[in-house]
Amino acid sequence: MPDTFFTKSPHWGWWAVTEFFIAGIAGAAAAIAALLWLVGNRNDRFVARYGFAIATVGSALSGLLLTFDLKRPERFWHMLLFSKTLGPTFQKWWAPMADGAWALFLLGSFSFLILVGSLAEGGRLPSGLAFLAGGPLGAVLAALAGIAGLFYAGYKGVLLSATNRPLWGDTPWLGILLLASGFAMASALLLLLIRDRAPAVSQWLRQLLIGSLALTLLVVVILVATLDADVRRLVLQNVYGVVLLVAVLVGALVPLALAWRPQLLGRSTLPSAAVLVLVGGFLLRIAMLLSSEAA
Amino acid sequence: MAEPMGFFTDTSVCIGCKACEVACKAWNQLPARNGGKVTLSGESYDNTRALSGIQWRHVKFIEQFSPDRSTGRWLMMSDVCKHCVQAACLEVCPTGAIIRTEFDTVVIQSDVCNGCRACIAACPFGVIEINPETNTAMKCTLCYDRLQAGMVPACAQACPTQSIQFGPISELRQRAQARLEQLQAQGVTQARLYGHDESILGGLNSFYLLLDEPEVYGLPSNPQLPSQKAAPASALSTAGAVALGLLGLVGLRKQRMDKLAAEERDRRQQASETGE
Ligand code: SF4
Ligand code: SF4
Repeated sequence: MPDTFFTKSPHWGWWAVTEFFIAGIAGAAAAIAALLWLVGNRNDRFVARYGFAIATVGSALSGLLLTFDLKRPERFWHMLLFSKTLGPTFQKWWAPMADGAWALFLLGSFSFLILVGSLAEGGRLPSGLAFLAGGPLGAVLAALAGIAGLFYAGYKGVLLSATNRPLWGDTPWLGILLLASGFAMASALLLLLIRDRAPAVSQWLRQLLIGSLALTLLVVVILVATLDADVRRLVLQNVYGVVLLVAVLVGALVPLALAWRPQLLGRSTLPSAAVLVLVGGFLLRIAMLLSSEAA
Repeated sequence: MAEPMGFFTDTSVCIGCKACEVACKAWNQLPARNGGKVTLSGESYDNTRALSGIQWRHVKFIEQFSPDRSTGRWLMMSDVCKHCVQAACLEVCPTGAIIRTEFDTVVIQSDVCNGCRACIAACPFGVIEINPETNTAMKCTLCYDRLQAGMVPACAQACPTQSIQFGPISELRQRAQARLEQLQAQGVTQARLYGHDESILGGLNSFYLLLDEPEVYGLPSNPQLPSQKAAPASALSTAGAVALGLLGLVGLRKQRMDKLAAEERDRRQQASETGE
């Protein structure tokens, strides 16, 4: 029996699945928004604003889900500060969860600040707050939100790999898998939100969707192929293997084809692909988390 | 720092009496399972079954019978936290709840733990679980309170056959080596030590003499630290982030170039129309 099967389950169940789903979208949305903010056309900044809004709301939801999933939720702050010294927990940078907690905190904070500035620029909040989005400060905040988002989207998979649990601890490919899938989901959600309002950005998001779906598919194939045969048999030759297959077919292959040929179903082609990507992303996380939990 | 202390457990003399389990529960005031009602496992004479947040010692019964049950043997092993020199649980705990003591043992501080359960997924031996009464992660402390008072841990004191021996690690290693040689001289060629040297996680401060392969006792042959796995996973994740970031950048740059080219075309066209 592989070594990882001598361990106990941490019972990271449905709360964790939902949090991983939201975290993937929130992190990648911030990264995409930062790219648009820093390198994109100024007229398209409203799309970046959507991205930062998704990241802000997603970070808040992630934080709540993580807190509820603690056995002692009232001690949630122990994740950010050592309770005995009040020093920041990132001092213990080799503990992945401490880094993740700080990344989530920074992702939410920076995304919120740039969102506020951007809304003020657009006249929806007092204009005195517009300095948050203007000039070098806006650029710095956008870049920091993007970096924290990139880190957080990939960190969730690295956290799983840095365990001794079946499947998770048996492969180094989970970080890049959840990152690529997060990018696909965030691109899909943004496509759904902006519809026809920014054709050039839609076209760019479509390319990003194709790239991230292709990477997701490639990584899934490598992950499954390189897995120890016993681990594969014990963890994936069951209902979770079927869920993974559905996630790959319906959530990645079909939308990839639809995004490649955006006229295939008329105007509903891209929205259909986007919905499938979001469903597939959730199924992928069910397969990756709950299969190990069940082992 | 005091001398590293620990257990040498000689499974060849364990009789499965479970006195260590009882002594551990009594000293540490751990609750009974199932509200104290007796439930039988139904598949073994072992009815306490596994280590958990309220069962810090567990005597495993490994029942090896031939299919017709004409021959068989029982292996017994009193299992506990290994107090690893390189401890996976301590490495991943984000809150600093898990500490190394002056005796080189590993202890969870219940007032700091927030129940994130990272340690449970990290321990290669399946030692830690949540105690449902405190809702914090718990495991053997190697009787830290007794050690501080110069006492022997409760389980080792209660063991009637000296299967569980407590003492300074350097001394225990010598005893273990002598016992191994004695058994092998008697023809017990399957006897072996597990965790006595640095090959397993820098050494286990609770190490064993076994009578079969480690896997037979539910012990991993090559346990690993989470950090060994995090490094390649982080590298791949970073590569993915760079690739997707570049894809986005190149796409945006191409759009900008196309737009500039279109503007330039329009300008030239206008200029030629006005004859300039
Ligand atoms: S056996 Fe598990 S719980 Fe005990 S010190 Fe080692 S990693 Fe931690
Ligand atoms: S459950 Fe408690 S002891 Fe375990 S890693 Fe989390 S905070 Fe640390």
